[in-house]
Amino acid sequence: MIAKQASRLTLFLLLAPAILWLGLLIVLPHVEILVLSFSERVAPRVYAFGFGNYLEFFTEPLYWRTFARTAFMSILVTALTLVLAFPIALYIARVAQGRLKAMLLLLCLLPFWVSELVRTLGWMILLRETGVISYALRSIGLAGQPVELLYNDGAVILGLVYGGLLFMIVPLANALESLEPAVVEAGYDLGGSRWTVLRRIVIPHAMPGIVAGCIIVFMLTVGNFATPVLLGGKNGLWFTEQIYAQFITRFNWPQGAAFGMLLLLLSSAIVWLGLRLTGQSLGTTLKQA
Amino acid sequence: MASSTDLDIVNVTKRFGSHAAVDDVSFSVAPGEFFSILGPSGCGKTTLMRMIAGFEHPTSGDIRIRGKSMIGVPANKRPVNMVFQSLALFPMMTVGENVAYGLTCRGVSRAEAEERAGRMLERVGLKGFGERRVTALSGGQRQRVAIARCLVLEPTLVLLDEPLGALDLKLREHMKIELKQLQGTFNTTFAYITHDQSEALVMSDRIAVMNQGKFEQVGSPRELYHNPATPFVASFVGETNRLQGEAAAASNGAIAVRLPSGAIVQGQGSGAAQALAFVRPEAVALAQDPASLGNLPNRFEGRVSAVLFDGAASSLLIDTTGFEQPVRAVLPQAGPLVGIQVGAPVHVGWTADAMKVFAA
Repeated sequence: MIAKQASRLTLFLLLAPAILWLGLLIVLPHVEILVLSFSERVAPRVYAFGFGNYLEFFTEPLYWRTFARTAFMSILVTALTLVLAFPIALYIARVAQGRLKAMLLLLCLLPFWVSELVRTLGWMILLRETGVISYALRSIGLAGQPVELLYNDGAVILGLVYGGLLFMIVPLANALESLEPAVVEAGYDLGGSRWTVLRRIVIPHAMPGIVAGCIIVFMLTVGNFATPVLLGGKNGLWFTEQIYAQFITRFNWPQGAAFGMLLLLLSSAIVWLGLRLTGQSLGTTLKQA
Repeated sequence: MASSTDLDIVNVTKRFGSHAAVDDVSFSVAPGEFFSILGPSGCGKTTLMRMIAGFEHPTSGDIRIRGKSMIGVPANKRPVNMVFQSLALFPMMTVGENVAYGLTCRGVSRAEAEERAGRMLERVGLKGFGERRVTALSGGQRQRVAIARCLVLEPTLVLLDEPLGALDLKLREHMKIELKQLQGTFNTTFAYITHDQSEALVMSDRIAVMNQGKFEQVGSPRELYHNPATPFVASFVGETNRLQGEAAAASNGAIAVRLPSGAIVQGQGSGAAQALAFVRPEAVALAQDPASLGNLPNRFEGRVSAVLFDGAASSLLIDTTGFEQPVRAVLPQAGPLVGIQVGAPVHVGWTADAMKVFAA
């Protein structure tokens, strides 16, 4: 009896950090935000239940346009990251051997030893009007005057793709590594071209890794704050900025909470759609990531 | 140019650094032939096969299929298909898609490819398996899918890289016969590589024995077994007793070999100062009465040191006076010696023809 109680206590103590972490940092704030998002200010310091905050989102074009733009750009960033990461992952998984393989993965990881802010500042040093690239263009005569490469969509996409690359390469390389070399050879042996082998054998095999990488990169991108703000400036128009503005600048917490819930819904819906379209289950995908 | 051979290997050499994995090998395979390359692991047979398939490129020499040189032709353009050791079925496809894959690669329409794949599956005894996942098949069925996937393309030559290695013994015995029958029905040329001499002996029309990158001997299974050309072939193909000694008197192909103990054995062949002599266990006659071995030139007496019972393949190990190693002899499971026990005295003998002698 006592032994049973003791083992139960041990289990509880072991689970406690995880439960506290999930409960206090994930569940509690979300419940709070959900409740908050349904409260409307009817008079100073008086709040009542209502859908006003959500209505505000649909009636104010700036909000839902920023929302749609964030969704579209995040999908674009995810797709670009996938296209860029695939050949790199293929090389790491199938061509590189031993030390070279470890070194290449380390090279992908290295930038993440520096904080995201510093990495983004690095991009700013390269791209700004008085930056390295602008200077180089001028000195080789390709540009007559300083070129501003910051504060546009291109810069935002560049920064986000760069930030997502590692999280795409690792699950992809994992998935590709488990592909038996003889299966690829059989694909060629039976008359397949490079493209056929890639399309019918390599990509279907890597599908769980592709989906896992895409989910991670999409989530990170949609919820990113620093990169769109720093590289996009006023043109960044990322939905997280709207949330920030409501909470911090406008001090309109209920509105910010509604935006937060909408962002959560958006990412969940797109992930669900992605899994549906590729016919993958969340279980196999999580194993790959 | 019309060619009477399906495959010609002409002086092919493959070097990895300074090591020659395949060293100046030449041979031809006739249409419809079941040709095996038999050798221990690391002898270069896999490299040779991969060069024929197009996954490796010879350092020098030529590979011709129906008279056309394959040098510079990529693997996916060669009229050769391979059954891999691991089978390498496509796990992301159904059985039917696996078989139809090669056809669709050639631009055959989807409907026709499916129909032809269905017919092929029927011919290999897998009718109605088209929709199954390959992971849901048994070992023998997977084997047949791997072969069907090649045969549906009607290749000039099918390469088989130890495809039976992963099967359990019973199934392997069964698949040996099945493979041979399949090859007969389709009348396709098979090139088979294996380290298992029994697979090669049972299935092949001709066998090449390969060792350290070179062919030791090419011939029919019987030739290899009864008339090995080199000591390596004599010891690698089939069971044998190996004796080492020095050549004594030789005349007209007959040769006497003196063993370190001073005992002399009579055999056929040639030997320099050092000689190796081989005699098959089934050529060793056993008797309890020395008189019944009276006319044999090699007669010795010994004691049974072990009885290795294996049904029809049972044998005895006999500690024989004058021999360093016990002599192995087949123990017939009918006759006076059936019940012989360890320690029993026994007389052994064999003809001079049964003993092959080589210079060491």
